Amino acid sequence: MSRRETATDASTNADDGAGKFGRYGGQYVPEVLMPAVEELTDAYERYVLNNEDGFVDDFRERLRDFGGRPTPLGRADNLSERYGLDVYLKREDLLHGGAHKLNNALGQVLLAKYMGKERIIAETGAGQHGTATAMAAAYLDMPCEIYMGRTDINRQRPNVFRMRTHGAEVNPVTVGSGTLKEATNEAMRDWATTVEDTHYVIGSVVGPHPFPTMVRDFQSVISEEAREQALDQLGRLPEAVVACAGGGSNTMGAFHEFVDDEDVALYAVEAGGSGLGVEASEEYAPNSASLGTGTVGVLHGAKTKLLQTAEGQIVESHSVSAGLDYAGVGPELAHLVDSERVTPVNVDDDAALAAFHRLSREEGIIPALESSHAIAYLEHYEGDGPVIVNVSGRGDKDLDTVIEESEKRDLEEAPDMEVFRA
Amino acid sequence: MSADDVTAAFADGPALVPYVVAGDPSADATETYVEALVEGGADVIELGLPFSEPIADGPTIQEGIRRALDAGMTPARYLDLVRDLDVDVPIVCMTYYNLLLQYGEGDGVDAFVEAAADAGVSGLIIPDLPVEESTALEAACEAHDVALIFIVAPTTTPERIERILERASGFIYVQARMGTTGARTDVSEDTYESLERLPEGDLPYAVGFGVSEREHARAIVEGGADGVVAGSVFVDAIAAAESVEAAADALREKAAELSAGIEDATRGEAPEPETTK
Repeated sequence: MSRRETATDASTNADDGAGKFGRYGGQYVPEVLMPAVEELTDAYERYVLNNEDGFVDDFRERLRDFGGRPTPLGRADNLSERYGLDVYLKREDLLHGGAHKLNNALGQVLLAKYMGKERIIAETGAGQHGTATAMAAAYLDMPCEIYMGRTDINRQRPNVFRMRTHGAEVNPVTVGSGTLKEATNEAMRDWATTVEDTHYVIGSVVGPHPFPTMVRDFQSVISEEAREQALDQLGRLPEAVVACAGGGSNTMGAFHEFVDDEDVALYAVEAGGSGLGVEASEEYAPNSASLGTGTVGVLHGAKTKLLQTAEGQIVESHSVSAGLDYAGVGPELAHLVDSERVTPVNVDDDAALAAFHRLSREEGIIPALESSHAIAYLEHYEGDGPVIVNVSGRGDKDLDTVIEESEKRDLEEAPDMEVFRA
Repeated sequence: MSADDVTAAFADGPALVPYVVAGDPSADATETYVEALVEGGADVIELGLPFSEPIADGPTIQEGIRRALDAGMTPARYLDLVRDLDVDVPIVCMTYYNLLLQYGEGDGVDAFVEAAADAGVSGLIIPDLPVEESTALEAACEAHDVALIFIVAPTTTPERIERILERASGFIYVQARMGTTGARTDVSEDTYESLERLPEGDLPYAVGFGVSEREHARAIVEGGADGVVAGSVFVDAIAAAESVEAAADALREKAAELSAGIEDATRGEAPEPETTK
């Protein structure tokens, strides 16, 4: 469906199942789900790869008319001056719903419709994927249930209201820390019960094959546009593409069409949180940097890099940005890091908050805290440009968190809000 | 004990296979519980090694796993516990694949199976490892004489059943219903359909997911099963009991009740099973 070869790049390990990227990927799911995963693989190949029944044309048209694509690639003049290099922003914050998430949610809900499924479920962390799925389900007239951790519900209330407003049920998940990991477990359990009539819209390039490949294909419209826009507006390819990485869907979306352009450097910016490493005794990592610091294991259907204890228990991750707060990462991204095509870097909570204020004040764009990590990396970038930074979403949803966290830190970049306090 | 001992446990009539989580609420308690289950009539013990993300398990077993992890259960302590058990029924380990991958240094899967065999584990059930991803584990199980038990679900296609039967050993775990583990108040129609779809073979078929009462055990065996697996009902009993002794008594009684259900069926005296969807 795009310029590059989109049949699964996943090579097959001699002795194992489908959907491998080097040593990563695969299909590690309960037997009850395997027939559904096989059915989905078949549907992915027919509709998405081979445009059966005009699926891809339908999808592209809806992305344009409902989603508002293409999104612009715009020069950030003040940041360019600050860093002495041409900084271009890929504006996924301008996609309908305010984040890149709709590219995938719309693709999967539409695919479910083509497959004859009657119900949609999804997990959500920050609520962006849940909101995008609820929007797409409302638009395509499908009943929709979203699993969301109790902690996330409390810290992302506006998104809960958005989902409910679109008619979706929001099912609180109270076990464990009540965040994305637990919500994903619960969505998989629902799917194991309802798989015959239900499609599970995974929100990132994670999970069992074909999800990592399929979600990447739906998101790669980002890099497809950005590459054309760069050639058109700059007359050349960029020196580098920078995107934040949690599960990795905006990352793979922003990188995919550039992977074969060997002169274009690709930087995946992870959440450094408040420190790197895993506190084994606490079963806690004060970061979400699985690409840079994780070890190989199996979680949520795929072999990938994880934040885990030496014994293999998955630990709680941390980031000031709820959307990056996940102990795993997409298997293809892990493979691209191993093969040194993608460079993993990280930015801590403080630097992300400072970048949030910088972009808001200097460019008139309030970025999501997730995207703020990518913007913050420009402080460390050593090339001389041009650089494309993916602004994966807008930050209106983060304002409460940002004001609170900025005051806690006494950030000099932050505006004084004290006077407006009730 | 070896892989063949798991199959042999089904030779003298339909077998009862109870499940508890190792270390819920302590390793010492688990030893007591396993003994009580064997006294109650267990023919095989399925002993859960707790993993932090149990996607195939329902709320009851999730809570048991959480209690065991909070109490400090680890793969190494699990193997010590198995080594200390003084029962003469086969022990089957149920856990998730990541714990095998991380075990020891280097190739965790083979190292885990070797250590498990050495500790006295006779079989493995890994619910997040479908047959397609099981090459490494199958080789390790063969090398160390450990049974590799696969789950057959209501959704499993005939082609997949064939693929699973080619690789399985010990017994086949027949998942009686859609969804996750958890005690129910009825026997699913899926149970009978699943059993009818399975070809006659060398391996026994044990049915689990939702079994909690004497009537369930009887109905399942009358439906043609060679064994009955029950887990959540025991994990619930452990959570509800006020002391280790009280829990052990409850487990012994419940195991005896399910054994009696199996006997009802083998005597062929009971009325037609009542089932609901």
